[in-house]
Amino acid sequence: MSNEFANAARPALENAQLRANLRGATHAIRERRARVTAELPDWEELREAGRRIKDAATRHLDVHLEQVERTVTAAGGRVHWAPDAAAANRIVGELIEATGEREVVKVKSLATDEIGLNRALAERGIRALETDLAELIVQLAGDSSSHILVPAIHRNRGEIRELFRANLPGTERLTDEPQQLAEAARRHLRNQFLKAKVAVSGANFAVAETGSVCVVESEGNGRMCLTLPELLITVMGIEKVLPRFADLAVMLSLLPRSSTAERMNPYTSLWTGVTPGDGPREFHLVLLDAGRSATLADPVGRVALHCIRCSACLNVCPVYERTGGHAYESTYPGPIGAILTPQLSGLRAGASLPWASSLCGACYEVCPVKIDIPSVLVHLRGRVNREVAGFGGGGEGAAMGLLARAFARRSRYERAQRLGRALARPLARDGWIARALPGPLGAWGTVRDLPAPPEQSFREWWRGRRS
Amino acid sequence: MRVALFATCVADTLFPAAAIATVTLLERLGIEVCFPEEQTCCGQMHLNAGYPEQAAALAARTERAFAGFEAVVAPSASCAAMVRHSTALPVHELSQFLVTVLGVEDVGAYYPHRVAYHPTCHSLRLLRVGDAPLRLLRAVRGLELVELAQADGCCGFGGTFAVKNADVSAAMLTDKLRAIGDSGAEVCTALDASCLMQIGGGLHRQRAGVRTVHLAEILASAEP
Repeated sequence: MSNEFANAARPALENAQLRANLRGATHAIRERRARVTAELPDWEELREAGRRIKDAATRHLDVHLEQVERTVTAAGGRVHWAPDAAAANRIVGELIEATGEREVVKVKSLATDEIGLNRALAERGIRALETDLAELIVQLAGDSSSHILVPAIHRNRGEIRELFRANLPGTERLTDEPQQLAEAARRHLRNQFLKAKVAVSGANFAVAETGSVCVVESEGNGRMCLTLPELLITVMGIEKVLPRFADLAVMLSLLPRSSTAERMNPYTSLWTGVTPGDGPREFHLVLLDAGRSATLADPVGRVALHCIRCSACLNVCPVYERTGGHAYESTYPGPIGAILTPQLSGLRAGASLPWASSLCGACYEVCPVKIDIPSVLVHLRGRVNREVAGFGGGGEGAAMGLLARAFARRSRYERAQRLGRALARPLARDGWIARALPGPLGAWGTVRDLPAPPEQSFREWWRGRRS
Repeated sequence: MRVALFATCVADTLFPAAAIATVTLLERLGIEVCFPEEQTCCGQMHLNAGYPEQAAALAARTERAFAGFEAVVAPSASCAAMVRHSTALPVHELSQFLVTVLGVEDVGAYYPHRVAYHPTCHSLRLLRVGDAPLRLLRAVRGLELVELAQADGCCGFGGTFAVKNADVSAAMLTDKLRAIGDSGAEVCTALDASCLMQIGGGLHRQRAGVRTVHLAEILASAEP
């Protein structure tokens, strides 16, 4: 099996413009996040509270989910259980078809991206219109998202201007001023909001004890979708449920500071079932499993389900900063994607992702719910080596076995040291090996020279000194 | 005081100067240094590459090799973190041992060079050495410490990451090398020989005229 991440990363690494865009964007948000989290003297306690809430929520997920079903139903909503993507797409498709509508507006949602809802709806002849500005840009370009929070982070404003001019009516004289671009999108979207009878959303949180669902956003376009149409369908991963309403107090403090580096996000929408005379007349909540129960079965890997999709880990990741999101070939890029994607999809898809990290630990340091991403990456590497045929094993597995044998006994280790030195001697000049080498050492040599082992190891020096 | 030196397989085999300097320095500070020769590798590479059973066997081996010592000192943050994580041994990274355990900042070193300090990821985020290495460097006579931009950015080594994702690793290294070049340093130092192998290998390939030197070697240097 080839290293899909390494292959997919190559075009991004060679794209100087993209590298500059990503570097600028991630560094700016990184510094802002550091500033707004440093403002709170109890930030670390808040993170710990967030971790505990998510841990409690996932430990008794079955109980909380059944409670959500009861409370949402009691408030006039309907709950559907979708074991996989196909089931979720079918449920949403049939609900829309029953209305006879051919167009729906969408709130930015990772869950619906994960299940490929727009494509599934298109097959039924239903057009899903993304209303989040960046999602709209991605949709107009026929592109895919490259960031959890800023899906069009890989686009600059010149490119966006061209997209709008080609796709939105009345934009011939558009410049690349951000204000003008936003205004063009606003005019286009306002029309859609007023026409739409059906909206589809995701959810940031759902509260078991009240049946309330919560969407957090910046633009207000989500609020339009959540309040204007007659039918609202929300697709939510089962891990998003929180036991108590009070848990939102912690989560809504952690999320905006970690994601957009704001003290508070501009729009927080909360709704509980349906309210006669106000908002949608019909509300459906689709609870999506799609690999989450299986993830829950892994006692180490399950913490990936604690993620609240803030994207702080993407913004500080030195790998994401160089490759961007597309290299991860998933709705969930970056460090969290590297532990979430392989688990949700059953390890085989995304098998190379646990290696897409230098284990620098920056992600763990910023995670608002303290997910120890490096430890899960290491754990998943072990699982892939054991469970996915043709990955990790083979030549590397044999080499690691040999090394483990050498390290297991002092005499073998010292013999290996001498052997290595003898092999390196004819290749070295002035202490360095600068020529092309076979196997993994060849990859080392692309941009680095290799130090040759000196004539005396430390232990030989030690022995010589003692005698 | 008597300590056991955990040289680490990387320094023992490829960078003996770092381990020799650790001995020289500790002895100069009046500490008796032992080297349990049964030590090999702590198992970090196996753990991080996804071979946890082999890693556990090596960690257990390391624990036996150092049994009975009241302090184990390693010239590596990464390996010290691994040993701390996988054994009950009282292991310390060298700079942390000097500043926190011994309470020494001025070790009597003389090193008349412009030096950039690269804080390695595991020293920052696993061991949390804080500014211990900088305190030690600031007390070195003749040494001019220069600012390194984006200092806490990973150098791109990451063990097998350097070869498994060689292109990404190279991109990370390139940014680190540029920052080192811009700093005007003659020498780049760090607590980990493995990261210095990555940085040093890159500097040597570019004929950058900047060397990498392990912190222990700087601290062990004395006025002639």
